[in-house]
Amino acid sequence: MTERFKKASQHVSQNERLIFETSSRGKRAFELPPLDVPPADAAKVLGHYHRDEGVSDFPEVSEIEVVRHFTRLSTWNYAIDLGMYPLGSCTMKYNPRVNEFVARLDGIATEHPYQPQELSQGCLKIIKLLEDCLLEITGMDSITLQPAAGAQGELTGLLLIRAYLQKQGNPRKKVLIPDSAHGTNPATAVIAGYQVENIKSESHGQIDVEKLRDLVTEDVAALMITNPSTLGIFEPRIAEIADILHRQGALLYMDGANMNALTGITRPGDMGVDVMHLNLHKTFSTPHGGGGPGAGPVAMKKILEPFRPTPVLIEKDGGRLLLDANRPESIGRVKAFAGNFGVLVRALAYILAYGPGIRQATEDAVLNATYIRKKLEGVFELPYSLPSMHEVVFSDARQKQNGVNTMDIAKRLIDYGFHPYTTAFPLIVAGAMMIEPTESESKEECDLFIGAMKSIAHEAATNPQLVKTAPHTTRVGRLDEVGAARKPILRWKQAPARSEAAD
Amino acid sequence: MTYPPSYRYTTQHEWIDAKDGVGTIGITDYAQHELGDVVFVELPKPGAKVQAGKSFGTVESVKAVSEIYAPVSGEVVEANADLETTPEKLNSDPHKSAWLIRIKLADQAELAKLMDAKAYDAFISEKNKEASA
Amino acid sequence: MRYLPKSPDERKQMLAVVGGKSIDELFSSVPEQYRLKKALDLPGPLSEAEIIQYFKARAGENSLGYTSFLGAGVYNHLRSVITDTIIQRGEFLTSYTPYQAEITQGTLQSIFEFQTLMCQLTGQEVANASMYDGSTAATEAVLMAERLTSRRRVLVARSVHPEYRAVLKTYAKNSGLTVEEVPISVDGTVDTKVLQSSLKEDVAAVLVQSPNFLGVIEPIADLANIAHKVGALLVATVTEAVSLGLVNPPAEADIVALEGQSFGLAPSYGGPYVGVIASREKFVRQMPGRLVGQTTDSNGRRGFVLTLATREQHIRREKATSNICTNQALCALAVTVHLCLLGKEGLREMAHQNLSKARFALTELEKIPGVRRAFDAPFFNEFTIELPRSVKLVNAQLLREKIVGPFVLGTAYPELTKHALVCVTETITRVEIEKFASALRSALQQPV
Repeated sequence: MTERFKKASQHVSQNERLIFETSSRGKRAFELPPLDVPPADAAKVLGHYHRDEGVSDFPEVSEIEVVRHFTRLSTWNYAIDLGMYPLGSCTMKYNPRVNEFVARLDGIATEHPYQPQELSQGCLKIIKLLEDCLLEITGMDSITLQPAAGAQGELTGLLLIRAYLQKQGNPRKKVLIPDSAHGTNPATAVIAGYQVENIKSESHGQIDVEKLRDLVTEDVAALMITNPSTLGIFEPRIAEIADILHRQGALLYMDGANMNALTGITRPGDMGVDVMHLNLHKTFSTPHGGGGPGAGPVAMKKILEPFRPTPVLIEKDGGRLLLDANRPESIGRVKAFAGNFGVLVRALAYILAYGPGIRQATEDAVLNATYIRKKLEGVFELPYSLPSMHEVVFSDARQKQNGVNTMDIAKRLIDYGFHPYTTAFPLIVAGAMMIEPTESESKEECDLFIGAMKSIAHEAATNPQLVKTAPHTTRVGRLDEVGAARKPILRWKQAPARSEAAD
Repeated sequence: MTYPPSYRYTTQHEWIDAKDGVGTIGITDYAQHELGDVVFVELPKPGAKVQAGKSFGTVESVKAVSEIYAPVSGEVVEANADLETTPEKLNSDPHKSAWLIRIKLADQAELAKLMDAKAYDAFISEKNKEASA
Repeated sequence: MRYLPKSPDERKQMLAVVGGKSIDELFSSVPEQYRLKKALDLPGPLSEAEIIQYFKARAGENSLGYTSFLGAGVYNHLRSVITDTIIQRGEFLTSYTPYQAEITQGTLQSIFEFQTLMCQLTGQEVANASMYDGSTAATEAVLMAERLTSRRRVLVARSVHPEYRAVLKTYAKNSGLTVEEVPISVDGTVDTKVLQSSLKEDVAAVLVQSPNFLGVIEPIADLANIAHKVGALLVATVTEAVSLGLVNPPAEADIVALEGQSFGLAPSYGGPYVGVIASREKFVRQMPGRLVGQTTDSNGRRGFVLTLATREQHIRREKATSNICTNQALCALAVTVHLCLLGKEGLREMAHQNLSKARFALTELEKIPGVRRAFDAPFFNEFTIELPRSVKLVNAQLLREKIVGPFVLGTAYPELTKHALVCVTETITRVEIEKFASALRSALQQPV
């Protein structure tokens, strides 16, 4: 590995057991203020419901041990704060810290969803402003911020479509989904009560518009499109696609996961999209936190507005805001309370930081991806020729000839101080390597990434075993996933008593 | 691995070894290879009815879950209990000890619709050619 | 712009490499007529100080300075500052889903600890790495029971949180499940007579909550027996997780859906929270959501990975057990840290303070003429009282004393016209309880 391309030399490792293994009776980390009322006799008051032993085997550790335990654990993680995540379709951009600060303010973090509306005008104003901003960004007429994540947003979108079609007399049976789509799309369609009809993308991951004309029958409720596609390529005939659907009374759903290529440049609402979801934890910078929380607002055209999940934010005379649950045509609730408010706060803070200049983030994101594509074009197989937007998908075809596949290359990238790109997705490209740098990467970081990828390609040609057995510098090597699935161990259990000497 | 000549095969990569009205069913070596390391197998209980062409269970690897389709119709007489504890047998011995179910055949005639070993071999070779094209 | 690490020069250089003359060329694949000609009409750009100013101004328009006796599914509990210190570490906050196990052992191990804690708390054998929240966890638990039993009828106690029931209704409508409600009996628990007569062999699940929405503890073991007689599964929801410190866990239930908000998550006007599904090991393959398993690497070193992923959307696609993709990892981590800080004794003590303060509050309130306890069955930190007049009007008067009064049960249960759900946690002082009682007494003395 050439020194010049190495960004990190060694991944940190410390020995740290499970918290339960550090535990010992009588230790405490948190102390409460003393009880200022007469103590209740729990046994008497709860009778046979009394859990008299407390929670068995619950950890008992001191404050410093908790701090050290989790601090050490954290050092085993890669993170955006450490370096680039070239993960295609995830939009791993910088998570601004001011967003964390404002979400924790007293008066923001402390608010109860059932408190009187006259004491919640601050929260409601935040919701209203975010709604307005997202409508401006998407070019849609109406929106709900209730869904907890993208997948829930997709479900909400499909339920809106179903309710609308039902009102017209026939909810219809099928949803068309390109085979390049994210797995949540078909999974969601089934939950919404539709059959999935997979449609084959043509060679650039685009929708085959001519074939589509035949496929859109009166049984089709909607087409779920991702634009740009999961190959990072814009769907140029999207307006035509919308038209074909509309003529048959069907609707166009857009998976907004790739909004990072469109924000400020164009608006899905202008191109005929009827309903779409956004991923606030992708385009709008809210932190991934190791896998969530997120938020998946759904923006829609006027025709779907009456079916929005309750409650809906309305404005009364004098500017007073209120959450209205009296919506007879609503599809109901998809989640308790109004939504992941804490995530909404962060997304709004992000938008406020950019203002009308938000377009520049999109430009930088596309510039970075195009730059990386140009530099790696001779090195890895590019299975198509159309220009990419914010992400580029290569294939491992060349390296495969030496037995090195996309997973191996991804694992070797770890040794160079990067997180792997997205492997083996989308399914329509064999051995896919999906790379999305986002606008948060400097030219320097992009160059380091390019250097690392070139170096790995060289290794694949001259020393394939090195790549196939990567990573070499991490705390643990490749883990036995087969064993984990065959005999799943999903929790720690207190071992039967044995002598100390055995340790 | 060679495909036992006395067996019959489906395009979904199942095999059946039929004798005296009872059929032993499994998945082929090609199938186990595609799946990768098998971690779990879900099979029907004795008494359950299976229908030709319809799914009767699943084979799960780390990266995929595959439906298993009945080559012919019948009633389950026995399910291979070994696979509950050692599903990995499917990778090492898919044609013999890692059989999936035994059924009482409903209609002998259905067997004729299936491929013989030679035809299945050719079918697999075509698939491999397509894959590397 | 401070979030964009490129100088104008660098942009020029990169553009040159790409071969374009202007940034606009990079968007040539977007048809001309759809390309925006002017900037979006958005507020901003704001500096960091201005952003803070904006949100502080909003905070000032909310409930600062008020004492709240609201519970009803979202609870104010003490939280250590350490929780935020840990979860704000960049390696946790800005890390991705742990699909690449070698560089996410921090997240994976902490989730494994979370799963363990959830099993210990609920008395179940296996728990997942979290769902969006309690309401979706309860719904997914019911759908799981449907898959396990292949039956399509569900009986839901009316004493389950009204919004949880509403979410279930939305999901059930489209999956062909029929949902029927079971009424509440006189003592505040689910009416077992009606339940028994409704139970037939077409019922997949009975869904209950304990402590229920009225504050009352349900007899889980009895309900499990009743459900099992017809082969139905008992799904138990817990919205106030602190209760598990002193109240027996729903170990006899087949599936538990827990809301973890009480363990270190701020109320935050409704979210993000964290749901968990815990159940028996034999049902694990039908359990939605992520699961972390223990394993080893080739050197025999212990490590953790996401496992049984074949149930999930990214592999199974249309045959997935659920469409869920994100979980609530950071919230689950906050819960994990919080529970490790509380520990066995801390949790018990916290629960005991809740029990004691709620009882003290009830005693004080019962001294007020016209106020009576509505239900006899044991409760934890929430209880229902009946007032001699409209709770809404009384609450309006309490507001003037800077008190956010109890939940108006009439909004969710029309027959409970003058009933209020009072919640008292360890965060309320004796002085505040006495002030509340005195303010309520005054409010009731006012002419109507």
